Amino acid sequence: MNSTTPLTVGEHPHASFPEGVELDCGVTLAPVDIAYCTYGQLSANKDNAILICHAFTGDQYVAETHPLTGKPGWWERMVGPGKPIDTNRFFVICSNVLGGCMGSTGPRSPRTDGQEAPGELWGTAFPPITIRDMVRAQHKLVRSLGIERLFAVVGGSMGGMQVLEWAVTYPQMMRAVMPIATAPFHSAQNIAFNEVGRQAIIADPDWRGGRYWEAGVVPARGLAVARMMAHITYLSEEVLTRKFGRRMRRGPVGGQGPEGPVSTFGDIFEVESYLRYQGSSFVRRFDANSYLSITRAMDWFDIAADHDGDLTPAFAGTAVRFCVVSFSSDWLFPTSAARTLARALNRAAANVSFVEIETDKGHDAFLLEEPDFDRTVRGFLCGVAEHAGLF
Amino acid sequence: MRLDQRLIADMIEPKTRVLDIGSGDGTLIGHLYRERGCDARGIELNMELVTRSVAHGLPVVHGDADHDLAYYPDHSFDYVVLQRTLQAVERPREVLRQMLRIGRYAIVSFPNFGHWQLRLRLLLGGCMPMTAVWHTPWYETPNIHPCTIRDFLELCRQDGYIVEKWLAVDEDGERAPWRRSIRLANLFGEQALFLLRRR
Repeated sequence: MNSTTPLTVGEHPHASFPEGVELDCGVTLAPVDIAYCTYGQLSANKDNAILICHAFTGDQYVAETHPLTGKPGWWERMVGPGKPIDTNRFFVICSNVLGGCMGSTGPRSPRTDGQEAPGELWGTAFPPITIRDMVRAQHKLVRSLGIERLFAVVGGSMGGMQVLEWAVTYPQMMRAVMPIATAPFHSAQNIAFNEVGRQAIIADPDWRGGRYWEAGVVPARGLAVARMMAHITYLSEEVLTRKFGRRMRRGPVGGQGPEGPVSTFGDIFEVESYLRYQGSSFVRRFDANSYLSITRAMDWFDIAADHDGDLTPAFAGTAVRFCVVSFSSDWLFPTSAARTLARALNRAAANVSFVEIETDKGHDAFLLEEPDFDRTVRGFLCGVAEHAGLF
Repeated sequence: MRLDQRLIADMIEPKTRVLDIGSGDGTLIGHLYRERGCDARGIELNMELVTRSVAHGLPVVHGDADHDLAYYPDHSFDYVVLQRTLQAVERPREVLRQMLRIGRYAIVSFPNFGHWQLRLRLLLGGCMPMTAVWHTPWYETPNIHPCTIRDFLELCRQDGYIVEKWLAVDEDGERAPWRRSIRLANLFGEQALFLLRRR
């Protein structure tokens, strides 16, 4: 972790909402900025818009080179001209979530609750947000673009939670939804993983009670450990074995050859080196307080909670077409969670497709090369378009 | 489309809601949706076929007759279809009950164990019969609940289902000419196709 200086860039393209967003916690957060990217052309009838919801540490740069990291868009495989989400046909919108750190209002934004000191940022005073709050902000953005009804809302992992929240909160606002590698509520195991990540950040002396910006530092150690731990949950035992096995690489400490003195931390396993790289690159692009806010929002997510623990009434009478997708080796959002969702949708007499993609790549499979998954996305969207008489 | 699927499609009114249990590659629901304007959905156990159907824009869920029908609400479909599968489910009686709970009509097809070739082979050979329709040995057949046309009619009588239509067909799905006599159909029909409704 040589460089922990956060990457910075000029302003991200965004929409501003001076009236703000009414949050589930009762607070009105104002003003609110939502940073977003679009691809393709909105049709004259404004009926071809697809909203893509990004995962926890993703952002709005879905199909273009990221201005900070210089890496390709996180779903360029899926979104673009001729791709399964075809920008020659669809107008694609992707926004940074409320509470994020890529241009949307979040803990790193200037504090605006009337109690701020000059130049103070929200930090841990940022009001607690929920997945539904994120969706409310996206709804404002979509309406501000003049779109009355979306063609579809698509997203994986935490993006899938937003997709489900869209379907429940604004069921008239879209023809179809694709919740991918997600669940109708956050499991105890997933809350547990999130808590370990949060504690790693909070335990870092550089976190400074959440006011690290005052000292011009970031809790890089804690944030990197949180990322390393979380990254393991995105993979699978098979894929770790396939990619790294038990292979070693020369450690950064000392320079012992095979005949050199034995050192506990001299040589390291390749998997360790990989995780360290994941951790160190993450701290430069992600804000620690955003990590805390957003993981908390995921923990609170439970679609059934507003319906006495029953998932079915949440979807009662819905006209939205659903395509639920899970991945066989995903143990973070396992197929059993997707099946629970699919069955609840069946009980609600919803039009639902449910596919489990066979893969050894774990939760991250939805971001990777999976031809069956690509075919499913393309085919489902074409089917919805055919049903709606579009194109 | 197989000929017996065409016969099934002919039993279904246009613009109705149809659930096809064991929808395979989605041929029947695709036809009903595109040619008949039906809201046709599928359940399929083979994930490869599910993916292929969804990739063709058809609403299909992964599941099976024994475990997933309980999750559908009462009267949510006009027709519930079960093709060539009743003999292979764990609890055929319960599956039929679920079908007629979910749908107004049930369309069921199954291979007829009363066919003369089967009877003759058992009589003369003394071994479990093997034919073009019943082609797996007893120790690995998925067909754990074989029945004859008369057995099936008796179950319908016991459980109070009304037979709206029935057909005996040969293996290729051609209509067999024994429409008037159940006895003859039970002897010469390789497959049976029933349209049932609740009393």
